[in-house]
Amino acid sequence: MTTMGAIPQPETKREAMADTTPDAKPQAGPKLRASNVDFFYGKFQALHNISIDFPENKITALIGPSGCGKSTFLRTLNRINDTIRGARATGEVVLDGENIMEGDVTELRRRVGMVFQRPNPFPKSIFDNIAYGVRINGMARRGQIHEVVERSLRRAALWEEVKDKLNKSAYALSGGQQQRLCIARALAVDPEVLLLDEPCSALDPIATSKIEELLLGIKEQCTLIIVTHNMQQAARVADFTGFFLLGKLIEVNKTDIIFKTPAKKETEDYITGRFG
Amino acid sequence: MTLRRLWRKAVNDVMLTMTGICAVLTASALFFILGYLIWNGSTSLDWNFFTKLPLSPGESGGGMANAIVGSAKIVFLGALIGVPVGFVAGVFLSEFSGKTLANTIRFTADLLNGVPSIVIGILAWALIVVPTRHFSAWAGGFALSLMVIPVTLRATEQFLGQVPLSLREGALALGASKWKSVATVVVPAARTGIMTGIILGVARISGETAPLLFTALNNQYWSKGFNEPTASLPVMIYNRAISAFDDFHRQAWAAGLVLLALVLVANIAARMVLAKGAAAHRG
Repeated sequence: MTTMGAIPQPETKREAMADTTPDAKPQAGPKLRASNVDFFYGKFQALHNISIDFPENKITALIGPSGCGKSTFLRTLNRINDTIRGARATGEVVLDGENIMEGDVTELRRRVGMVFQRPNPFPKSIFDNIAYGVRINGMARRGQIHEVVERSLRRAALWEEVKDKLNKSAYALSGGQQQRLCIARALAVDPEVLLLDEPCSALDPIATSKIEELLLGIKEQCTLIIVTHNMQQAARVADFTGFFLLGKLIEVNKTDIIFKTPAKKETEDYITGRFG
Repeated sequence: MTLRRLWRKAVNDVMLTMTGICAVLTASALFFILGYLIWNGSTSLDWNFFTKLPLSPGESGGGMANAIVGSAKIVFLGALIGVPVGFVAGVFLSEFSGKTLANTIRFTADLLNGVPSIVIGILAWALIVVPTRHFSAWAGGFALSLMVIPVTLRATEQFLGQVPLSLREGALALGASKWKSVATVVVPAARTGIMTGIILGVARISGETAPLLFTALNNQYWSKGFNEPTASLPVMIYNRAISAFDDFHRQAWAAGLVLLALVLVANIAARMVLAKGAAAHRG
Protein backbone atom coordinates (compact mmCIF):
# COMPACT_ATOMS: atom_id res chain seq x y z
CA MET A 1 0.00 0.00 0.00
CA THR A 2 2.51 2.64 1.08
CA THR A 3 5.84 3.39 -0.42
CA MET A 4 7.12 5.24 2.64
CA GLY A 5 10.85 5.12 2.99
CA ALA A 6 11.49 4.39 -0.65
CA ILE A 7 12.14 8.02 -1.44
CA PRO A 8 13.38 10.56 1.11
CA GLN A 9 10.99 13.36 1.99
CA PRO A 10 11.83 16.80 0.61
CA GLU A 11 12.57 18.35 3.98
CA THR A 12 12.77 21.93 2.79
CA LYS A 13 9.06 21.95 2.09
CA ARG A 14 8.19 20.74 5.57
CA GLU A 15 10.29 23.45 7.17
CA ALA A 16 8.68 26.14 5.12
CA MET A 17 5.31 24.97 6.37
CA ALA A 18 6.48 24.58 9.97
CA ASP A 19 6.93 28.36 10.29
CA THR A 20 3.27 28.90 9.76
CA THR A 21 1.78 26.39 12.21
CA PRO A 22 -0.01 28.20 15.01
CA ASP A 23 2.11 28.80 18.09
CA ALA A 24 -0.60 27.42 20.34
CA LYS A 25 0.11 23.91 19.11
CA PRO A 26 3.84 23.61 18.76
CA GLN A 27 3.71 19.81 18.57
CA ALA A 28 0.81 19.60 16.15
CA GLY A 29 1.61 18.66 12.56
CA PRO A 30 -0.41 19.81 9.61
CA LYS A 31 -4.13 19.09 9.52
CA LEU A 32 -3.69 16.93 6.46
CA ARG A 33 -0.46 15.52 5.07
CA ALA A 34 -0.01 13.59 1.84
CA SER A 35 3.17 11.56 1.49
CA ASN A 36 4.44 9.92 -1.66
CA VAL A 37 1.03 9.60 -3.26
CA ASP A 38 0.95 7.82 -6.61
CA PHE A 39 -2.28 7.42 -8.52
CA PHE A 40 -3.16 5.15 -11.43
CA TYR A 41 -6.10 5.00 -13.82
CA GLY A 42 -5.58 1.39 -14.90
CA LYS A 43 -2.02 1.39 -16.24
CA PHE A 44 -1.81 5.16 -16.70
CA GLN A 45 -0.01 6.88 -13.85
CA ALA A 46 -1.75 10.21 -13.23
CA LEU A 47 0.12 11.28 -10.08
CA HIS A 48 3.81 10.88 -9.30
CA ASN A 49 5.01 10.86 -5.74
CA ILE A 50 3.00 13.80 -4.40
CA SER A 51 3.95 15.02 -0.92
CA ILE A 52 2.32 18.10 0.54
CA ASP A 53 1.13 19.47 3.86
CA PHE A 54 -2.11 21.34 4.43
CA PRO A 55 -1.91 23.55 7.54
CA GLU A 56 -4.99 23.87 9.73
CA ASN A 57 -7.40 26.78 9.14
CA LYS A 58 -5.55 27.91 6.04
CA ILE A 59 -6.57 27.94 2.42
CA THR A 60 -4.28 26.03 0.10
CA ALA A 61 -4.78 26.45 -3.64
CA LEU A 62 -3.69 23.85 -6.17
CA ILE A 63 -3.04 25.34 -9.58
CA GLY A 64 -1.79 24.02 -12.88
CA PRO A 65 -2.82 23.49 -16.49
CA SER A 66 -5.69 21.18 -17.45
CA GLY A 67 -4.90 17.51 -17.03
CA CYS A 68 -2.02 18.12 -14.61
CA GLY A 69 -3.60 15.91 -11.96
CA LYS A 70 -4.69 18.58 -9.48
CA SER A 71 -8.32 17.41 -9.44
CA THR A 72 -7.27 13.76 -9.31
CA PHE A 73 -5.09 14.56 -6.31
CA LEU A 74 -7.89 16.48 -4.58
CA ARG A 75 -10.20 13.51 -5.13
CA THR A 76 -7.77 11.12 -3.42
CA LEU A 77 -8.01 13.20 -0.24
CA ASN A 78 -11.59 12.03 0.44
CA ARG A 79 -11.13 8.81 -1.56
CA ILE A 80 -14.00 9.69 -3.90
CA ASN A 81 -11.78 8.25 -6.64
CA ASP A 82 -12.38 4.83 -5.04
CA THR A 83 -15.65 4.71 -6.98
CA ILE A 84 -13.84 4.74 -10.33
CA ARG A 85 -13.26 1.27 -11.73
CA GLY A 86 -9.58 0.47 -12.17
CA ALA A 87 -8.40 3.50 -10.17
CA ARG A 88 -5.73 2.92 -7.53
CA ALA A 89 -3.88 5.16 -5.11
CA THR A 90 -0.73 4.35 -3.15
CA GLY A 91 1.17 6.31 -0.55
CA GLU A 92 -0.09 7.89 2.64
CA VAL A 93 -2.65 10.57 3.38
CA VAL A 94 -2.69 11.42 7.06
CA LEU A 95 -5.53 13.35 8.69
CA ASP A 96 -4.78 14.34 12.31
CA GLY A 97 -2.10 11.68 12.49
CA GLU A 98 -4.28 8.92 11.09
CA ASN A 99 -3.76 7.31 7.70
CA ILE A 100 -7.01 7.63 5.78
CA MET A 101 -6.06 5.38 2.89
CA GLU A 102 -7.49 2.50 4.86
CA GLY A 103 -10.40 2.53 7.26
CA ASP A 104 -13.98 3.75 7.18
CA VAL A 105 -14.49 5.77 4.04
CA THR A 106 -17.91 7.16 5.04
CA GLU A 107 -16.56 8.65 8.28
CA LEU A 108 -13.62 10.07 6.32
CA ARG A 109 -15.96 11.79 3.88
CA ARG A 110 -18.02 13.20 6.72
CA ARG A 111 -14.82 14.80 8.08
CA VAL A 112 -13.44 15.81 4.67
CA GLY A 113 -16.22 17.49 2.68
CA MET A 114 -16.22 18.27 -1.01
CA VAL A 115 -17.67 20.86 -3.36
CA PHE A 116 -17.65 20.00 -7.04
CA GLN A 117 -16.92 21.87 -10.24
CA ARG A 118 -20.56 22.11 -11.31
CA PRO A 119 -23.20 22.77 -8.66
CA ASN A 120 -24.85 19.43 -7.95
CA PRO A 121 -27.84 20.05 -5.68
CA PHE A 122 -30.07 17.04 -5.16
CA PRO A 123 -33.53 17.20 -6.78
CA LYS A 124 -35.00 18.00 -3.37
CA SER A 125 -36.05 21.13 -1.53
CA ILE A 126 -33.45 23.64 -0.36
CA PHE A 127 -34.06 22.55 3.21
CA ASP A 128 -33.71 18.83 2.43
CA ASN A 129 -30.49 19.47 0.52
CA ILE A 130 -28.86 21.04 3.56
CA ALA A 131 -30.38 18.53 5.98
CA TYR A 132 -29.30 15.55 3.88
CA GLY A 133 -25.85 14.98 5.37
CA VAL A 134 -27.09 15.62 8.90
CA ARG A 135 -29.86 13.07 8.45
CA ILE A 136 -27.86 10.26 6.84
CA ASN A 137 -25.12 10.63 9.42
CA GLY A 138 -27.67 10.67 12.25
CA MET A 139 -26.13 13.85 13.60
CA ALA A 140 -29.12 15.78 14.92
CA ARG A 141 -32.50 15.33 16.50
CA ARG A 142 -35.55 16.54 14.62
CA GLY A 143 -35.78 19.86 16.41
CA GLN A 144 -32.12 20.63 15.87
CA ILE A 145 -32.14 20.16 12.12
CA HIS A 146 -33.70 23.58 11.57
CA GLU A 147 -30.89 25.20 13.52
CA VAL A 148 -28.24 23.31 11.57
CA VAL A 149 -29.85 24.27 8.26
CA GLU A 150 -30.04 27.96 9.19
CA ARG A 151 -26.49 28.04 10.55
CA SER A 152 -25.11 26.31 7.46
CA LEU A 153 -26.94 28.62 5.08
CA ARG A 154 -25.70 31.64 7.04
CA ARG A 155 -22.11 30.37 6.87
CA ALA A 156 -22.51 30.02 3.09
CA ALA A 157 -23.98 33.56 2.86
CA LEU A 158 -27.20 32.23 1.36
CA TRP A 159 -29.65 32.48 4.26
CA GLU A 160 -31.03 35.93 3.47
CA GLU A 161 -31.75 34.93 -0.13
CA VAL A 162 -33.53 31.65 0.59
CA LYS A 163 -34.99 31.90 4.09
CA ASP A 164 -38.52 32.39 2.72
CA LYS A 165 -38.39 29.54 0.23
CA LEU A 166 -36.73 26.68 2.06
CA ASN A 167 -39.35 24.26 0.73
CA LYS A 168 -38.81 25.24 -2.90
CA SER A 169 -36.77 23.01 -5.19
CA ALA A 170 -33.05 23.71 -5.11
CA TYR A 171 -33.21 23.71 -8.91
CA ALA A 172 -35.09 27.03 -8.77
CA LEU A 173 -31.90 28.77 -7.59
CA SER A 174 -29.37 30.43 -9.88
CA GLY A 175 -26.04 28.73 -10.61
CA GLY A 176 -24.13 30.81 -8.08
CA GLN A 177 -26.81 30.24 -5.44
CA GLN A 178 -26.75 26.53 -6.17
CA GLN A 179 -23.01 26.42 -5.61
CA ARG A 180 -23.36 28.27 -2.30
CA LEU A 181 -26.12 25.78 -1.46
CA CYS A 182 -23.65 22.96 -2.12
CA ILE A 183 -21.12 24.65 0.14
CA ALA A 184 -23.77 25.01 2.84
CA ARG A 185 -24.70 21.36 2.37
CA ALA A 186 -21.08 20.35 2.87
CA LEU A 187 -20.71 22.62 5.94
CA ALA A 188 -23.82 21.19 7.57
CA VAL A 189 -21.96 18.05 8.66
CA ASP A 190 -19.15 20.10 10.27
CA PRO A 191 -16.27 18.95 8.10
CA GLU A 192 -12.75 19.55 9.37
CA VAL A 193 -11.42 19.86 5.84
CA LEU A 194 -13.31 21.15 2.80
CA LEU A 195 -12.14 20.24 -0.70
CA LEU A 196 -13.26 22.52 -3.52
CA ASP A 197 -12.80 21.32 -7.08
CA GLU A 198 -12.83 24.42 -9.33
CA PRO A 199 -15.97 25.63 -7.52
CA CYS A 200 -16.29 28.83 -9.55
CA SER A 201 -15.48 27.64 -13.05
CA ALA A 202 -19.16 27.57 -14.04
CA LEU A 203 -19.98 30.92 -12.43
CA ASP A 204 -19.90 34.58 -13.40
CA PRO A 205 -17.51 37.06 -11.69
CA ILE A 206 -20.10 38.34 -9.21
CA ALA A 207 -21.08 34.85 -8.06
CA THR A 208 -17.37 34.00 -7.94
CA SER A 209 -16.52 36.93 -5.69
CA LYS A 210 -19.35 35.99 -3.30
CA ILE A 211 -17.95 32.49 -3.00
CA GLU A 212 -14.39 33.71 -2.48
CA GLU A 213 -15.61 36.02 0.27
CA LEU A 214 -17.40 33.22 2.10
CA LEU A 215 -14.38 30.91 1.78
CA LEU A 216 -12.31 33.49 3.67
CA GLY A 217 -15.02 33.44 6.34
CA ILE A 218 -15.22 29.68 6.81
CA LYS A 219 -11.49 29.04 7.10
CA GLU A 220 -11.82 30.04 10.76
CA GLN A 221 -13.37 26.64 11.45
CA CYS A 222 -12.20 24.60 8.52
CA THR A 223 -9.10 23.74 6.53
CA LEU A 224 -9.69 24.54 2.88
CA ILE A 225 -8.10 23.08 -0.23
CA ILE A 226 -9.18 24.62 -3.51
CA VAL A 227 -8.33 23.45 -7.00
CA THR A 228 -8.51 26.29 -9.49
CA HIS A 229 -7.33 27.07 -12.96
CA ASN A 230 -7.81 30.73 -12.18
CA MET A 231 -4.49 32.10 -10.90
CA GLN A 232 -5.99 35.38 -9.76
CA GLN A 233 -8.38 33.41 -7.62
CA ALA A 234 -5.52 31.54 -6.00
CA ALA A 235 -3.72 34.82 -5.40
CA ARG A 236 -6.86 36.38 -3.86
CA VAL A 237 -7.89 33.66 -1.43
CA ALA A 238 -5.06 31.22 -0.78
CA ASP A 239 -2.51 31.30 2.03
CA PHE A 240 -0.48 28.61 0.28
CA THR A 241 -0.32 27.58 -3.34
CA GLY A 242 0.91 24.37 -4.93
CA PHE A 243 1.75 24.12 -8.61
CA PHE A 244 1.05 20.86 -10.47
CA LEU A 245 2.44 19.92 -13.86
CA LEU A 246 2.10 16.60 -15.67
CA GLY A 247 1.11 14.68 -12.56
CA LYS A 248 3.90 16.10 -10.41
CA LEU A 249 3.84 18.71 -7.65
CA ILE A 250 6.46 21.15 -8.88
CA GLU A 251 6.49 23.33 -5.79
CA VAL A 252 4.38 24.56 -2.92
CA ASN A 253 4.89 27.63 -0.78
CA LYS A 254 3.23 30.74 0.59
CA THR A 255 1.06 32.19 -2.13
CA ASP A 256 2.95 35.48 -2.54
CA ILE A 257 6.23 33.60 -2.84
CA ILE A 258 4.80 31.33 -5.54
CA PHE A 259 3.51 34.32 -7.47
CA LYS A 260 6.46 36.69 -6.94
CA THR A 261 9.57 34.59 -6.54
CA PRO A 262 8.88 30.99 -7.46
CA ALA A 263 11.81 28.62 -7.02
CA LYS A 264 11.22 26.57 -10.14
CA LYS A 265 11.38 27.68 -13.73
CA GLU A 266 8.23 25.71 -14.67
CA THR A 267 6.24 27.60 -12.07
CA GLU A 268 7.51 30.93 -13.27
CA ASP A 269 6.67 30.04 -16.88
CA TYR A 270 3.15 29.09 -15.91
CA ILE A 271 2.59 32.08 -13.66
CA THR A 272 3.81 34.50 -16.29
CA GLY A 273 1.58 32.91 -18.89
CA ARG A 274 4.25 31.34 -21.04
CA PHE A 275 2.13 28.20 -21.28
CA GLY A 276 -1.01 26.61 -19.79
CA MET B 1 -32.86 20.10 -67.26
CA THR B 2 -36.47 21.11 -66.73
CA LEU B 3 -37.52 17.50 -67.31
CA ARG B 4 -35.16 16.40 -64.61
CA ARG B 5 -36.55 19.04 -62.23
CA LEU B 6 -40.09 17.93 -62.99
CA TRP B 7 -39.12 14.32 -62.25
CA ARG B 8 -37.53 15.31 -58.95
CA LYS B 9 -40.59 17.30 -57.96
CA ALA B 10 -42.84 14.36 -58.84
CA VAL B 11 -40.77 11.92 -56.76
CA ASN B 12 -40.81 14.37 -53.89
CA ASP B 13 -44.58 14.77 -54.02
CA VAL B 14 -45.21 11.02 -54.21
CA MET B 15 -42.91 10.23 -51.30
CA LEU B 16 -44.31 13.04 -49.18
CA THR B 17 -47.86 11.85 -49.81
CA MET B 18 -46.97 8.25 -48.98
CA THR B 19 -45.23 9.10 -45.70
CA GLY B 20 -48.17 11.33 -44.80
CA ILE B 21 -50.68 8.57 -45.52
CA CYS B 22 -48.73 6.08 -43.39
CA ALA B 23 -48.57 8.53 -40.50
CA VAL B 24 -52.30 9.19 -40.70
CA LEU B 25 -53.02 5.44 -40.96
CA THR B 26 -51.05 4.77 -37.77
CA ALA B 27 -52.83 7.46 -35.82
CA SER B 28 -56.24 6.57 -37.22
CA ALA B 29 -55.89 2.89 -36.26
CA LEU B 30 -56.44 3.82 -32.62
CA PHE B 31 -59.36 6.11 -33.42
CA PHE B 32 -60.87 3.45 -35.66
CA ILE B 33 -60.69 0.83 -32.89
CA LEU B 34 -62.08 3.30 -30.35
CA GLY B 35 -64.89 4.34 -32.69
CA TYR B 36 -65.75 0.76 -33.58
CA LEU B 37 -65.88 -0.26 -29.92
CA ILE B 38 -68.12 2.69 -29.09
CA TRP B 39 -70.36 1.99 -32.08
CA ASN B 40 -70.83 -1.67 -31.16
CA GLY B 41 -70.42 -1.66 -27.42
CA SER B 42 -71.89 1.53 -26.04
CA THR B 43 -75.48 0.24 -26.26
CA SER B 44 -74.61 -2.55 -23.79
CA LEU B 45 -72.66 -0.21 -21.60
CA ASP B 46 -75.10 0.76 -18.88
CA TRP B 47 -75.03 0.86 -15.12
CA ASN B 48 -75.84 -2.86 -15.01
CA PHE B 49 -72.65 -3.64 -16.90
CA PHE B 50 -70.66 -2.44 -13.92
CA THR B 51 -72.90 -3.81 -11.14
CA LYS B 52 -74.59 -7.06 -12.29
CA LEU B 53 -73.31 -10.59 -12.77
CA PRO B 54 -73.31 -12.14 -16.25
CA LEU B 55 -76.55 -13.89 -17.27
CA SER B 56 -77.07 -17.15 -19.13
CA PRO B 57 -77.55 -17.19 -22.87
CA GLY B 58 -81.02 -16.14 -23.92
CA GLU B 59 -81.58 -13.78 -21.00
CA SER B 60 -80.91 -10.19 -21.95
CA GLY B 61 -79.16 -7.70 -19.69
CA GLY B 62 -76.72 -8.61 -16.97
CA GLY B 63 -73.20 -7.25 -16.58
CA MET B 64 -69.59 -8.02 -15.91
CA ALA B 65 -69.12 -6.75 -12.37
CA ASN B 66 -67.34 -9.93 -11.36
CA ALA B 67 -64.96 -9.71 -14.33
CA ILE B 68 -64.08 -6.08 -13.54
CA VAL B 69 -63.35 -6.91 -9.90
CA GLY B 70 -61.62 -10.14 -10.97
CA SER B 71 -59.34 -8.31 -13.40
CA ALA B 72 -58.47 -5.83 -10.68
CA LYS B 73 -57.63 -8.68 -8.27
CA ILE B 74 -55.45 -10.56 -10.76
CA VAL B 75 -53.64 -7.45 -12.00
CA PHE B 76 -53.14 -6.38 -8.38
CA LEU B 77 -51.53 -9.74 -7.58
CA GLY B 78 -49.40 -9.56 -10.71
CA ALA B 79 -48.17 -6.08 -9.80
CA LEU B 80 -47.74 -7.00 -6.12
CA ILE B 81 -45.35 -9.82 -7.02
CA GLY B 82 -43.81 -8.47 -10.22
CA VAL B 83 -43.15 -4.80 -9.45
CA PRO B 84 -41.00 -5.29 -6.31
CA VAL B 85 -39.01 -8.12 -7.88
CA GLY B 86 -38.42 -6.18 -11.10
CA PHE B 87 -37.63 -2.96 -9.21
CA VAL B 88 -35.11 -4.51 -6.83
CA ALA B 89 -33.51 -6.47 -9.68
CA GLY B 90 -33.29 -3.24 -11.72
CA VAL B 91 -31.62 -1.40 -8.84
CA PHE B 92 -29.16 -4.24 -8.41
CA LEU B 93 -28.45 -4.31 -12.13
CA SER B 94 -27.89 -0.58 -12.43
CA GLU B 95 -26.06 0.12 -9.20
CA PHE B 96 -24.42 -2.94 -7.71
CA SER B 97 -23.69 -5.70 -10.19
CA GLY B 98 -20.58 -6.25 -12.27
CA LYS B 99 -20.65 -5.83 -16.02
CA THR B 100 -20.81 -9.51 -17.00
CA LEU B 101 -23.57 -10.37 -14.55
CA ALA B 102 -25.51 -7.24 -15.57
CA ASN B 103 -25.32 -8.18 -19.24
CA THR B 104 -26.48 -11.72 -18.47
CA ILE B 105 -29.44 -10.59 -16.40
CA ARG B 106 -30.37 -7.90 -18.93
CA PHE B 107 -30.31 -10.43 -21.76
CA THR B 108 -32.40 -12.88 -19.71
CA ALA B 109 -34.93 -10.17 -18.91
CA ASP B 110 -35.23 -9.28 -22.59
CA LEU B 111 -35.78 -12.95 -23.42
CA LEU B 112 -38.44 -13.20 -20.71
CA ASN B 113 -40.07 -10.10 -22.17
CA GLY B 114 -40.16 -11.83 -25.55
CA VAL B 115 -41.66 -15.11 -24.35
CA PRO B 116 -45.12 -15.48 -25.93
CA SER B 117 -47.75 -14.83 -23.29
CA ILE B 118 -49.46 -18.17 -23.95
CA VAL B 119 -46.21 -19.91 -22.94
CA ILE B 120 -46.14 -17.89 -19.73
CA GLY B 121 -49.68 -19.16 -19.15
CA ILE B 122 -48.57 -22.77 -19.62
CA LEU B 123 -45.73 -22.24 -17.16
CA ALA B 124 -48.06 -20.83 -14.50
CA TRP B 125 -50.48 -23.67 -15.19
CA ALA B 126 -47.74 -26.28 -14.69
CA LEU B 127 -46.26 -24.60 -11.62
CA ILE B 128 -49.43 -23.61 -9.76
CA VAL B 129 -52.63 -24.99 -11.28
CA VAL B 130 -51.41 -28.59 -11.58
CA PRO B 131 -49.95 -28.92 -8.05
CA THR B 132 -52.90 -27.16 -6.38
CA ARG B 133 -55.42 -28.98 -8.61
CA HIS B 134 -57.56 -25.90 -9.20
CA PHE B 135 -57.62 -22.69 -11.18
CA SER B 136 -57.15 -19.54 -9.12
CA ALA B 137 -56.50 -15.80 -9.13
CA TRP B 138 -53.10 -16.65 -7.64
CA ALA B 139 -52.14 -18.62 -10.74
CA GLY B 140 -53.32 -15.80 -13.02
CA GLY B 141 -51.54 -13.19 -10.92
CA PHE B 142 -48.34 -15.24 -10.97
CA ALA B 143 -48.49 -15.51 -14.76
CA LEU B 144 -48.98 -11.75 -15.12
CA SER B 145 -46.19 -11.03 -12.62
CA LEU B 146 -43.76 -12.83 -14.94
CA MET B 147 -44.71 -10.31 -17.59
CA VAL B 148 -44.37 -7.28 -15.28
CA ILE B 149 -40.90 -8.21 -14.00
CA PRO B 150 -38.88 -7.57 -17.18
CA VAL B 151 -40.75 -4.33 -17.97
CA THR B 152 -40.22 -2.96 -14.45
CA LEU B 153 -36.61 -4.13 -14.39
CA ARG B 154 -35.72 -2.44 -17.64
CA ALA B 155 -37.54 0.79 -16.78
CA THR B 156 -35.82 0.93 -13.37
CA GLU B 157 -32.41 0.20 -14.81
CA GLN B 158 -32.82 2.67 -17.65
CA PHE B 159 -33.95 5.61 -15.52
CA LEU B 160 -31.39 4.92 -12.77
CA GLY B 161 -28.72 4.90 -15.46
CA GLN B 162 -29.74 8.43 -16.44
CA VAL B 163 -29.11 9.84 -12.96
CA PRO B 164 -25.93 11.92 -13.35
CA LEU B 165 -22.69 10.84 -11.69
CA SER B 166 -22.46 14.25 -10.01
CA LEU B 167 -25.50 13.49 -7.82
CA ARG B 168 -24.06 10.13 -6.74
CA GLU B 169 -20.72 11.74 -5.90
CA GLY B 170 -22.52 14.54 -4.07
CA ALA B 171 -24.16 12.01 -1.78
CA LEU B 172 -21.00 9.93 -1.28
CA ALA B 173 -18.99 13.08 -0.50
CA LEU B 174 -21.32 13.81 2.43
CA GLY B 175 -20.53 10.47 4.03
CA ALA B 176 -23.33 8.38 2.56
CA SER B 177 -22.58 4.72 2.03
CA LYS B 178 -23.17 3.37 -1.46
CA TRP B 179 -26.42 1.79 -0.34
CA LYS B 180 -27.65 4.99 1.36
CA SER B 181 -26.76 7.14 -1.63
CA VAL B 182 -28.81 4.86 -3.89
CA ALA B 183 -31.79 4.77 -1.56
CA THR B 184 -31.88 8.47 -0.67
CA VAL B 185 -30.64 10.24 -3.81
CA VAL B 186 -30.36 8.06 -6.90
CA VAL B 187 -33.71 6.26 -6.72
CA PRO B 188 -35.68 9.40 -5.71
CA ALA B 189 -34.06 11.28 -8.62
CA ALA B 190 -35.28 8.58 -11.03
CA ARG B 191 -38.64 8.14 -9.28
CA THR B 192 -40.93 9.66 -11.90
CA GLY B 193 -39.38 7.72 -14.76
CA ILE B 194 -39.59 4.44 -12.88
CA MET B 195 -43.20 5.16 -11.87
CA THR B 196 -44.12 5.79 -15.50
CA GLY B 197 -42.53 2.51 -16.57
CA ILE B 198 -44.42 0.61 -13.90
CA ILE B 199 -47.77 2.22 -14.80
CA LEU B 200 -47.31 1.35 -18.46
CA GLY B 201 -46.22 -2.19 -17.60
CA VAL B 202 -49.24 -2.75 -15.38
CA ALA B 203 -51.55 -1.27 -18.02
CA ARG B 204 -50.02 -3.66 -20.53
CA ILE B 205 -50.78 -6.78 -18.46
CA SER B 206 -54.32 -5.70 -17.68
CA GLY B 207 -55.26 -6.53 -21.27
CA GLU B 208 -53.46 -9.88 -21.44
CA THR B 209 -55.75 -12.83 -22.20
CA ALA B 210 -53.56 -15.82 -22.99
CA PRO B 211 -51.80 -16.09 -19.60
CA LEU B 212 -55.21 -16.19 -17.86
CA LEU B 213 -57.00 -18.73 -20.08
CA PHE B 214 -55.89 -21.75 -18.10
CA THR B 215 -54.69 -20.15 -14.89
CA ALA B 216 -57.45 -17.92 -13.54
CA LEU B 217 -59.87 -19.49 -16.04
CA ASN B 218 -63.22 -17.74 -15.76
CA ASN B 219 -66.19 -17.59 -13.47
CA GLN B 220 -69.88 -16.81 -14.01
CA TYR B 221 -70.18 -15.72 -10.40
CA TRP B 222 -68.26 -13.82 -7.76
CA SER B 223 -65.10 -15.54 -6.60
CA LYS B 224 -64.19 -15.43 -2.94
CA GLY B 225 -60.62 -14.57 -2.04
CA PHE B 226 -57.81 -15.47 -4.38
CA ASN B 227 -58.15 -19.25 -4.43
CA GLU B 228 -61.04 -19.76 -6.82
CA PRO B 229 -61.37 -19.57 -10.58
CA THR B 230 -61.73 -15.87 -11.29
CA ALA B 231 -63.39 -13.97 -14.11
CA SER B 232 -61.40 -11.28 -15.91
CA LEU B 233 -62.31 -8.77 -18.61
CA PRO B 234 -60.03 -10.15 -21.36
CA VAL B 235 -61.15 -13.76 -20.87
CA MET B 236 -64.77 -12.61 -20.65
CA ILE B 237 -64.36 -10.82 -23.97
CA TYR B 238 -62.94 -13.99 -25.50
CA ASN B 239 -65.79 -16.16 -24.21
CA ARG B 240 -68.49 -13.70 -25.22
CA ALA B 241 -67.01 -13.12 -28.66
CA ILE B 242 -66.90 -16.81 -29.61
CA SER B 243 -70.50 -17.42 -28.44
CA ALA B 244 -73.47 -17.51 -30.81
CA PHE B 245 -75.58 -14.76 -29.27
CA ASP B 246 -75.85 -11.18 -30.51
CA ASP B 247 -76.40 -9.87 -27.00
CA PHE B 248 -73.17 -11.55 -25.86
CA HIS B 249 -71.30 -10.07 -28.81
CA ARG B 250 -72.47 -6.60 -27.84
CA GLN B 251 -71.26 -7.23 -24.28
CA ALA B 252 -67.87 -8.30 -25.60
CA TRP B 253 -67.61 -4.98 -27.46
CA ALA B 254 -68.60 -3.12 -24.31
CA ALA B 255 -65.99 -4.97 -22.26
CA GLY B 256 -63.40 -4.17 -24.90
CA LEU B 257 -64.34 -0.52 -24.65
CA VAL B 258 -63.94 -0.54 -20.85
CA LEU B 259 -60.58 -2.27 -21.10
CA LEU B 260 -59.29 0.15 -23.72
CA ALA B 261 -60.50 3.10 -21.66
CA LEU B 262 -58.61 1.79 -18.61
CA VAL B 263 -55.40 1.40 -20.61
CA LEU B 264 -55.78 4.90 -22.10
CA VAL B 265 -56.35 6.38 -18.65
CA ALA B 266 -53.24 4.59 -17.36
CA ASN B 267 -51.20 5.97 -20.25
CA ILE B 268 -52.44 9.49 -19.67
CA ALA B 269 -51.73 9.13 -15.94
CA ALA B 270 -48.19 8.00 -16.72
CA ARG B 271 -47.65 11.03 -18.94
CA MET B 272 -48.96 13.33 -16.25
CA VAL B 273 -46.63 11.79 -13.67
CA LEU B 274 -43.71 12.36 -16.03
CA ALA B 275 -44.72 15.93 -16.80
CA LYS B 276 -45.11 16.71 -13.11
CA GLY B 277 -41.67 15.25 -12.41
CA ALA B 278 -40.13 17.35 -15.15
CA ALA B 279 -41.82 20.46 -13.81
CA ALA B 280 -40.48 19.77 -10.30
CA HIS B 281 -36.97 19.50 -11.74
CA ARG B 282 -37.28 22.83 -13.47
CA GLY B 283 -38.41 24.23 -10.13
